[in-house]
Amino acid sequence: MADILVYSEKQGAALELTFKAKELAGAMGMGVSAAVLGSGSDAAGKLGELGADRVYVTDDPALEGLAVDVTAEALAQVAREAGATVVLLASTRRGKELAPRLAQKLGAGCVSDVSSLTLEGSTLVATRYAFGGNTVAAETLDTEVKVFAVMPKTFEIGAPTPGAGQIVTPALALQPSAVKLVERRAKEGDAVNLEDAERIVGIGRGLNKREDVELGRELAAALGAELSCTKGLADFGWLGEDRIIGLSGAKTKPELYLSVGISGQIQHTVGISSSKLIAAVNTDKDAPIFQLADYGIVGDLYEVVPALIEKLKSV
Amino acid sequence: MRLDIVVCVKTNPDLQMIRIKNREPVLEAIPFKAGDLEKNAVEAALQLRDAAGDGKVVVLVVAEGNRKVRETVKEVLAMGADEAVLVVDPALETTDQAGVAAALAAALQKIGSYDLVLFGEGSTDNYTGQVGPRVAEILGLPQVGYARKITAGGAGVLAERSMDESIETLEAPLPAVVTVVSEINEPRIPSLMNIMKAGKKPVEEWSLADMGLDTAAVAPVRSILSNLAEEQDRKHIMFEGGAAEQAEAFVNALIKEGVLGR
Ligand SMILES: Cc1cc2nc3c(=O)[nH]c(=O)nc-3n(C[C@H](O)[C@H](O)[C@H](O)COP(=O)(O)OP(=O)(O)OC[C@H]3O[C@@H](n4cnc5c(N)ncnc54)[C@H](O)[C@@H]3O)c2cc1C
Ligand SMILES: Nc1ncnc2c1ncn2[C@@H]1O[C@H](COP(=O)(O)O)[C@@H](O)[C@H]1O
Repeated sequence: MADILVYSEKQGAALELTFKAKELAGAMGMGVSAAVLGSGSDAAGKLGELGADRVYVTDDPALEGLAVDVTAEALAQVAREAGATVVLLASTRRGKELAPRLAQKLGAGCVSDVSSLTLEGSTLVATRYAFGGNTVAAETLDTEVKVFAVMPKTFEIGAPTPGAGQIVTPALALQPSAVKLVERRAKEGDAVNLEDAERIVGIGRGLNKREDVELGRELAAALGAELSCTKGLADFGWLGEDRIIGLSGAKTKPELYLSVGISGQIQHTVGISSSKLIAAVNTDKDAPIFQLADYGIVGDLYEVVPALIEKLKSV
Repeated sequence: MRLDIVVCVKTNPDLQMIRIKNREPVLEAIPFKAGDLEKNAVEAALQLRDAAGDGKVVVLVVAEGNRKVRETVKEVLAMGADEAVLVVDPALETTDQAGVAAALAAALQKIGSYDLVLFGEGSTDNYTGQVGPRVAEILGLPQVGYARKITAGGAGVLAERSMDESIETLEAPLPAVVTVVSEINEPRIPSLMNIMKAGKKPVEEWSLADMGLDTAAVAPVRSILSNLAEEQDRKHIMFEGGAAEQAEAFVNALIKEGVLGR
């Protein structure tokens, strides 16, 4: 019997994928294997409770630091040992560089940034954004082994059921990576949950200088909204990467998204298109953001935003 | 020190120009241009070459026909790349990331000697991030993704990269594959003189057969069942007047929508 193999270095994502794998495996007559790589993880028990029949656990020293080439090699060996024909990974940055390297090793096709995965007949159909976010493509893989890297928080995690997966120690032959991890430091930045925010203010390169981010912050406060930004603004270093909305950032679904000084290029708007209401402030009446706006204000943000803040404070 | 760098550059339809008709993207008459992140990669390569003092930057492009590639190649040669290799073959029309990677890897083997191979973190249109890691695996090269700073020296490359929750500094021996993110630099705008010079730079064109690949090597392994735009139904109400009037009208609209004042 073939297995679905699940792996992510992020425990939450691994649990989410395992629960989904269980559902798919049930429908496809497959089993579920999960891999826990590297030391210091206590995930094995939880993976079992969420549906893994087998949990492959290894703290092989070559996996220290989780270099992508060694991680891919370890997973390829586990996949072969488990007889896996479907591999589910998380499309985190680490997962997204791992997926194709693993796929290449397994002669597998791969879909990354998967936003939904469904079984149609006996075929797995994955969707992902295409043309920079202009469209959503539904894709299938024709190879015997298939690798899918799924965006985190795509699936619900159900309740755990008691019962442990069988813990397996895989027989691995790994060489340490040629790539050396010189330093790893935690990112500073405040955790923000844009995915679940009800109101969001987005700021972009229409701002003239770093200090003016404060204007966005005040507007967000007056509106009871979270503050977010474009990649363009984050590239300046004015706000953290975790505040980016779009193709390479958060996909949001607020009641109101208010964009300020944002042109509305497709890689950004793909992250706001599920908003209930979209409003925009931009000096350029032809800015593409207005094509997507319910409410548009053509004007200078340095005049409009203070006026908005004042008006909002009065209601 | 000598540094030979190959930059893999894709040519993309200008996404901002795509119109949607009946939920389908209309690609006719859309201009093609070099991918955004690949321009960052070219800029990084130029800076590394110049810092090393010796070496060359070769642009490598894979496409099914050379019509749409020419502009792209001119664009990056004008930035300052030294030469270009085009892999052009009609068999690439239907290929996918695995096939493009196979073609790039074969071309790199034919090029033979290089210290670094640079990619974008993802292509502007597909953004799969698959091609770089696949090439690294085929050639058995070390791989560093998401670089936002690169320095080369001695036998290796030092790259700082931004991951989901951490900043990492990695050191890889050469030759290595590195993919870059947009924050790494601001790509230069070519001067008129460099645009004129670009036309004289060496450009080679290879078919799959020239590299010893048969068409099966680039046959697609994934099928696209549908590719449709999401439907958007927006109100498009514009507020006129001065800032105070606009603000008032907008806030009133939000109250009416039930977003405010509950
Ligand atoms: C592979 C890839 C992935 C990407 N992923 C993302 C992503 O996830 N998220 C993202 O945001 N981007 C992403 N991008 C970048 C995206 O293509 C755009 O470059 C970016 O969104 C532009 O940011 P911006 O709107 O802030 O800047 P700009 O495009 O420079 O727009 C600034 C706007 O401000 C307006 N303006 C100027 N002055 C004022 C003023 N005083 N008052 C009001 N308005 C003013 C201007 O008219 C203009 O429309 C990606 C790009 C690529 C290639
Ligand atoms: N047809 C191509 N020719 C040359 N390089 C490519 C091609 N397709 C993708 N690449 C490179 O691979 C990177 C990732 O592309 P993708 O896997 O499509 O997201 C791009 O940023 C380019 O550097």
